[in-house]
Amino acid sequence: MTAPDSGGGVSAEELAAVEAAVDDVLGDRSDPAGEGYDAGLWSALAGAGLTAVGLPEARAGSGGSLTAAVRIAVRAGAFAARVPLADSSLVAGWLLTAAGLDLPAGPVTTGTGSVRSDGGRIVGSLTRVPYARDADRLVVLADDGRVACLDPASCTVTPGRNLADEPRDEVAFDAPAAESGHVDPAAAQELRLRGALARSAQIAGSVSRVQQMVVTYAQQREQFGRPIGRFQAVQHHTATLVCEVAAASAAVDGATATWQAHGPTSPRTFFAVAAAKVRTAQAAGLVAAIAHQVHGAIGMTDEHPLHSWTTRLWSWRTEWGGEAIWSQHLAERATAAGREHLWALVESAS
Amino acid sequence: MTAPARADLAELRTDVRSFLAAELAAGGFVPRCDNWLAGWDEAFSGRLAERGWVGLTIPVEYGGRGRGAVERFVVTEELLAAGAPVAAHWIADRQIAPSLLRYGTEEQRRRYLPEIAAGRCFFGIGMSEPDSGSDLASVRTRAMRVDGGWRLEGTKVWTSGAHRAHAFFVLARSAPLDAAHRHDGLSQFLVPLDSPGVEVRPIRLLTGEAHFNQVILDGVFVPDAMVLGEVGAGWAQVTSELAFERSGPERFLSTFPLLALLTTVVGREVEDGRALGGLLARLWSLRQMSMRVAGVLAAGGDADLPAAVVKELGTRFEGEVVEVATRLLDLEPDPGANGELARMLAQATLHAPGFTIRGGTNEILRGVIARGVGLR
Repeated sequence: MTAPDSGGGVSAEELAAVEAAVDDVLGDRSDPAGEGYDAGLWSALAGAGLTAVGLPEARAGSGGSLTAAVRIAVRAGAFAARVPLADSSLVAGWLLTAAGLDLPAGPVTTGTGSVRSDGGRIVGSLTRVPYARDADRLVVLADDGRVACLDPASCTVTPGRNLADEPRDEVAFDAPAAESGHVDPAAAQELRLRGALARSAQIAGSVSRVQQMVVTYAQQREQFGRPIGRFQAVQHHTATLVCEVAAASAAVDGATATWQAHGPTSPRTFFAVAAAKVRTAQAAGLVAAIAHQVHGAIGMTDEHPLHSWTTRLWSWRTEWGGEAIWSQHLAERATAAGREHLWALVESAS
Repeated sequence: MTAPARADLAELRTDVRSFLAAELAAGGFVPRCDNWLAGWDEAFSGRLAERGWVGLTIPVEYGGRGRGAVERFVVTEELLAAGAPVAAHWIADRQIAPSLLRYGTEEQRRRYLPEIAAGRCFFGIGMSEPDSGSDLASVRTRAMRVDGGWRLEGTKVWTSGAHRAHAFFVLARSAPLDAAHRHDGLSQFLVPLDSPGVEVRPIRLLTGEAHFNQVILDGVFVPDAMVLGEVGAGWAQVTSELAFERSGPERFLSTFPLLALLTTVVGREVEDGRALGGLLARLWSLRQMSMRVAGVLAAGGDADLPAAVVKELGTRFEGEVVEVATRLLDLEPDPGANGELARMLAQATLHAPGFTIRGGTNEILRGVIARGVGLR
């Protein structure tokens, strides 16, 4: 059992400082109502040294732990920030630096698809890549472990989007891998785990903000001569929501602590991240439903901000694998463990 | 208290697991769902106590091991996951010993704590009454001042194990009800169950078992020395321990033995796997939450709200295990079946309604949570 707030040698004070710094920038500049990639917000975050946390300084990262990077992803989720902050630092940036390549100044992105290296060229396609059209570089992992850093301008980018209008683009390429490196075969799995942890963290942040919106609305909106939060039915909806928010937060903290304690290739980490993605996905659906129910019709309008969070929740819960795939992974491990070792499986994933 | 080292906790866990494996191999117990409430086995409690695992947190000077809440968490979750019969010492270990340490007199501690740690003294709790369930402040059991002590008059109900325990804590009204301050005027008393005037009537449940009791107090004399804590402070004393009672692993592991058995027969088909994986994600997350609360409580912090959250989510999860098992298995629950799965499914099904009632109904908990975030 680990202390809940310790993460890989990072003190609670340091984490709080990172959170305060990211909240400062996001609180000032994040505008979920705007459209597309917010380049100004990215510059502000980069200027504050918050876009490459958890990545080695030798590769132009800011240093710091995975825990700090996860906390930043949580806050980015809470503010519905229109930048690929989690994708860039936790996922694509990691892949780039793991291959021994340097980070560029702008955001990097990646996704899953089919990629092969063909002599000096890198050939293939990735699907639903976050902010590919806006990224400084696209990082692709070929099936032989080669990692290439591509200029999106050299790729065919077909714009797509998720429910929140966040760019999710199709990318095809057949380009010289001028800038490339190698990672070991386990990297493909770590990439998926990082993607799942990143979205879990964003969900945890998002639902915490939705909780605030729901409580405030229930306190202010009056019907039948009193705030609707005075009605027990609304209180119980809200209590259910609070429980889900707490579960999402604990799941992300638990998975992050497990990762820090046992490393990315440990089966314990795999179980914990899979469980966190499933649990945050469960929370996302229920929280969005309750939030809309409490807000009534106004919450469904374009004018009301609620949708900037709920549309993200409905999207993020399936990105980098949803409940379907990750719960199956959990079940595979459970049936392999069997009756005698099921408890050890659950217990050791922390 | 300094936090125990990870390696020490791992060693403790290994010890408990080895003990449980040996017990299982020797037929020392049969794994059952909800065995922390229904599994009264004094010999088993005695064997645990020999190893120091009952009253683990009781200071050495009172016969315990002086270990922390985190160690107790490790021991209890291992016992619960194995479906071990821990009901006999459960209440004494979880609530009575901490309350005696916090509110008891030196005499009360010396009398009871060493016996609790030895696994020889078992306790019940007398809070609810026939007309007082969720509204606990409405208790009508009266404590009347008499020479040298108090005389108790009233009826307690849902006191688990009272027909076998040695003593119980009674919450009674020691001063007339003041409608404007309903929580005032309540006191706690330590009452041996063989006291003259105590009558214990087991209540047969739909399971066929009778671990709950009605306890009638007909002019029971309690000497001043057996008042727990302060006269009139009963409400504060009772509610101060709620976070411990609500956040522990018994609030999400009551049906774990069924879940473990379920993995031997389902999970390979896609749909089954998804259902099973969904449960595992919930379970793993609940454990994270419960450990976090244990950490806060061990550090002396306030965790009433997160504890209510653990119990609300955990007890619903326990019931969900039964529903998923029923959905996935082509099996009729049968308490008398030869097959362990049908038997365990029967136990879990019949016990399930209690999960979201005992220790504060989920409706009360949702009220606590809503109040905690500023509604109400």
